[in-house]
Amino acid sequence: MPNSPSDRSAAPRRVTVQRKGPLLMEGPVEVELEDGSVVTSDRFRVALCTCRRSRRYPWCDTSHRDRA
Amino acid sequence: MEHEGPRLPAPRGPLSRGVDAHLRGAGRLPRLEDVARAEVYGEDLQLALYLCYELHYRGFEGVPAEREWDPGLLRVRAAMEQRFLSALRTDAHVHDSVDEALAGLLVEPVEGTGVSHFLRDEGELWQVREYAAQRSLYHLKEADPHAWVLPRLWGRAKAAMAAVEFDEWGGGRADRVHASLFADLMTDLGLDPTYGRYLDAASAEALVTVNMMSLFGLHRALRGALVGHFATVEITSSPGSRRLAEAMRRTGAGPAAEHFYDEHVEADAVHEQVVRHDVIGGLLEREPHLAPDVAFGIDATEFVEERFGTRLLADWRASRSSLRAPLAPEAAHTS
Repeated sequence: MPNSPSDRSAAPRRVTVQRKGPLLMEGPVEVELEDGSVVTSDRFRVALCTCRRSRRYPWCDTSHRDRA
Repeated sequence: MEHEGPRLPAPRGPLSRGVDAHLRGAGRLPRLEDVARAEVYGEDLQLALYLCYELHYRGFEGVPAEREWDPGLLRVRAAMEQRFLSALRTDAHVHDSVDEALAGLLVEPVEGTGVSHFLRDEGELWQVREYAAQRSLYHLKEADPHAWVLPRLWGRAKAAMAAVEFDEWGGGRADRVHASLFADLMTDLGLDPTYGRYLDAASAEALVTVNMMSLFGLHRALRGALVGHFATVEITSSPGSRRLAEAMRRTGAGPAAEHFYDEHVEADAVHEQVVRHDVIGGLLEREPHLAPDVAFGIDATEFVEERFGTRLLADWRASRSSLRAPLAPEAAHTS
C-alpha cells in the first residue's frame, strides 16, 4: 500500500459531514469494508452512506430521506 | 452540415406548420395573432417552440445552420416563450422560499403514485418502451440544456455546476456519456437510438418538459430557474432511477437498460448534494435576489413532470398508447 509521505498531496483532504445525509469527500476513493473487501469510486465527489440503509452501501443512494 | 440533423417532424397545427414552412424556405412564419390564440401547453405551440429550440442543439436535416439566429423566427419564438413562461409562472408557483420548495422533494412518499412507481410495480414492456421513447427527447441530449447556464454562474456555483456536467458527460470518457448510455438502453428495448427519431411520436406533455429546460437554459434572465430546475431533476432522480432500474429488471429490458438507471441511482445521490450545497448555495450567496426564481424553477419542474406523468398513466390505465405514432413491435434481442 502506498503510504510514504511523498505519495500524499500537501493539502489535507476535506471531508464534509452533515447531521442528515452522506459524508462527502473528493474522489477517487477506496473503501475497505468490514469483510476486508475493497470497493472504489472515481467520481469527482463521493457520497458515503452514514445511515446504513443504502442498498448500494457504502455509497449513498438517498435512503436516508424521511418517508411520509 | 445541414444534412446531419434529424428530419423535420410533421406539423401539428398552424404555428408548427408556419415554423416548419419557414425552416424549409417554403412559406410564411405564423402570425403573432396565431400565437396569442394557440393553446399554451398544446401540441401545436409546443412543437413549434421545440422546432425553434432544436436549432440551438443539432438542427434539422436540410435546414441551414444560420436559421438559428433568424430575426423573424426569433420574434415568433419570443412570443411563444412569453406565453409559455407566464403560463408556468401562473400555474406552477407554490412556494415562496427555496428551502420550502426543496423540503417537499427531500421526503420520499411511502406509497408513491408516480410513473416510476407504476413501472416498477406493474409496468409492462410496451409501457417501458413508450416511456423510453418519450424521454429520449431529453436523454439523448442529457445535461445539454443545462450547459447554457455555465457562463452565467461564477465561483463556487460555476465550479460545482461544471463538475456535475462533466460527470453527466462521462467524466471525459465517451462510452460513459449519459446520452450514450441512454442510446444503449434504447437498443436494449428494440428502439431506434437515432437522435430525434421519436419527436413525431412524443406527446405535447413530453415536449413541454424539454421546452422548459431550453427556455430556462437559453435565457440568462432565467438562470435562477434553470438552477432550481436542475436541482429538482437531481434530487428526484436517485430514488426514481432505483424504481426504474427495478422496472427494467422485472420486464427483462436488458443489461444496458438496467445499467442506465443503476448508474443514475449512485451518480445523482452525489449530484443532489453538490447542486443543493454548492450550485444553489453558491448562486444565492452572490445573487440572493434570485431566490424566488430558484423556487419557481423547482415548482415549475414538479408541475410539468406531474402533467407528463398524469398523461402517461391515464393512457396506460386505459390500455392506450401514450404516443402519437405507435412503436414498431420489438425486434427480438439477444440478451
